[in-house]
Amino acid sequence: MKLDIRAWPQPGTRSGAVDPGPAPTGDRAPRRLGFFTDTSICIGCKACEVACKEWNQIPMSLQGFTGHSYDNTIDLGADTWRHVAFVEQQVPAGVNDGASLVEAAGHEALFDAGVQTYQEGDGIRWLMASDVCKHCTHAACLEVCPTGALFRTEYGTVVVQEDVCNGCGYCVPACPFGVIDQREGDGRVWKCTLCYDRLKDDKEPACAQACPTNSIQFGELEELRARAGERLERLRDAGQEKAQLYLADDSDGIGGGGAFFLLLDDPEVYGLPPDPVDTVRDIGEIWRAAGLAAVALGAGLAAAVLGGRR
Amino acid sequence: MSEVRTYHGQPVLKEPVWTWEIPCYFFAGGLGGASAGLAYLCELRGEGAAGRRAWTVALAGIAASPLLLVSDLGRPARFLNMLRMAKVTSPMSIGSWILSVSGTATTLAAAHAHLGLLPRLARIARPLAALAGLPLSSYTAALVTNTAVPVWHEARTTLPFVFVSGAGLSAGAALVLVTPVGDARLARRVALTGAVGELALTEVMQRRLGEPARAYKSGAARAFDLAARAAITVGGGLLAARGRHSRPVAAAAGTLLLAGALSARWSVFKAGFASAADPTIVIGPQRERLKRAA
Repeated sequence: MKLDIRAWPQPGTRSGAVDPGPAPTGDRAPRRLGFFTDTSICIGCKACEVACKEWNQIPMSLQGFTGHSYDNTIDLGADTWRHVAFVEQQVPAGVNDGASLVEAAGHEALFDAGVQTYQEGDGIRWLMASDVCKHCTHAACLEVCPTGALFRTEYGTVVVQEDVCNGCGYCVPACPFGVIDQREGDGRVWKCTLCYDRLKDDKEPACAQACPTNSIQFGELEELRARAGERLERLRDAGQEKAQLYLADDSDGIGGGGAFFLLLDDPEVYGLPPDPVDTVRDIGEIWRAAGLAAVALGAGLAAAVLGGRR
Repeated sequence: MSEVRTYHGQPVLKEPVWTWEIPCYFFAGGLGGASAGLAYLCELRGEGAAGRRAWTVALAGIAASPLLLVSDLGRPARFLNMLRMAKVTSPMSIGSWILSVSGTATTLAAAHAHLGLLPRLARIARPLAALAGLPLSSYTAALVTNTAVPVWHEARTTLPFVFVSGAGLSAGAALVLVTPVGDARLARRVALTGAVGELALTEVMQRRLGEPARAYKSGAARAFDLAARAAITVGGGLLAARGRHSRPVAAAAGTLLLAGALSARWSVFKAGFASAADPTIVIGPQRERLKRAA
């Protein structure tokens, strides 16, 4: 597992602090921890949303009735760190509507594969997916944070230090997933911490513990990815042609997610960007343009003032 | 472009949480930064009176800047946390340092220009203020382009040039406002050069955006864009035609140009919000990119 060390805190560099000694290495070093959310077995119970709110003592967010299937939570934000998405889709008619034997056999195989979101026979399939902060390998929120309030933990996760954040809001439009947001009346930004406090006590995050179907799996990222690969293969074999892993690859625009997903349709169907990019990937180009523009301004002013008649 | 699929039409990105202070700061920082450069160049050319006036404008722009920025913070009392570190991946961090240097140097330069205070310090402060003023005018573009917001990020190579044109235009126009017409030749030249640059480069920036340019074609972004173009065109025209002869006309032209530059910053600001809120502008180009790569 390659970790991005660009943004990792170096040991012993906090001013005034006692040198904590060298960072743990070898067997003592914590491995990168994360979530694998297998949406094919999500039943939309929202236990993850509730457990997260309870454990992290997140303020209430009353959002009313949206009419978007069973989703009245709407999105992730300062006061919502887990969000279950609901998508209703028309699918080819099931066995009851005169489907071919091949299709019927396919449905049977899906049932055996444990795809419980497929509603047999009524022509509708119901997709559910529990969304969360992706804890990106290249985390734009962390990289643009001017105060250092956002930092990379020893578990490879991304966390806000609420006693440092001054509410500048830069991380909000930097996040390619629209996860982090400013809390009204508080001024600071908040998001999923992957239950940093629980990890320190060797406990799994509240959402993963509450999930009744193990759709939310917590563990070492490397192991989770291997497990997800096997699960994807099984679903593909069972005829789920659009099943895909999302953010499970180090070569994508964010260097892979610490939280990744198995989806049954394209990411945008679930409200996820299909090709998210860490803006800081282009920081060289961005600074070069700003530098050239500053030089151009100097040259332009000099030409206008020093050149020509008085 | 084929039909873009979305999740119940919900946005993918969060709209920025920045409020009215931010576009006003883009304007004030540009005005102050370019005015500092202009003031120093005027002094180099031996135009002491113009230099003093420009230092005053520079001080006004740069003094307003930190007030606007601190006021926008969710926790204003923690503004000093901005200087906890210096981070090249964060234009806001680098910009805080640029503004700190620029603010200190410009204050010293203006104090010396008007009151003759601290002459030895001012010998360093004057060129330093002029130099720091240049990136102060352009880093704000880097700040917004270094986000996931499509109309900002996709304009990363052009937007800084739009911003510095606006800064030059503002500095020239402000100097026109405070200078008798007989002495304002330099100021007019700077204002008109900036005005042409702002109009031309805004057009280039929007055309090169492709799909996300839609965000400039409706709502508040479009209204500010049209207002900016109109004010800059009319103000520039007036200044070029009659600015030499009549102080009231020159003052009206200068005011129009300043309003145009401010409106242009607002247009960019509002377009960013619109493009973040529209899932099709976010998803469409990403899906196209994946198709091209496949």
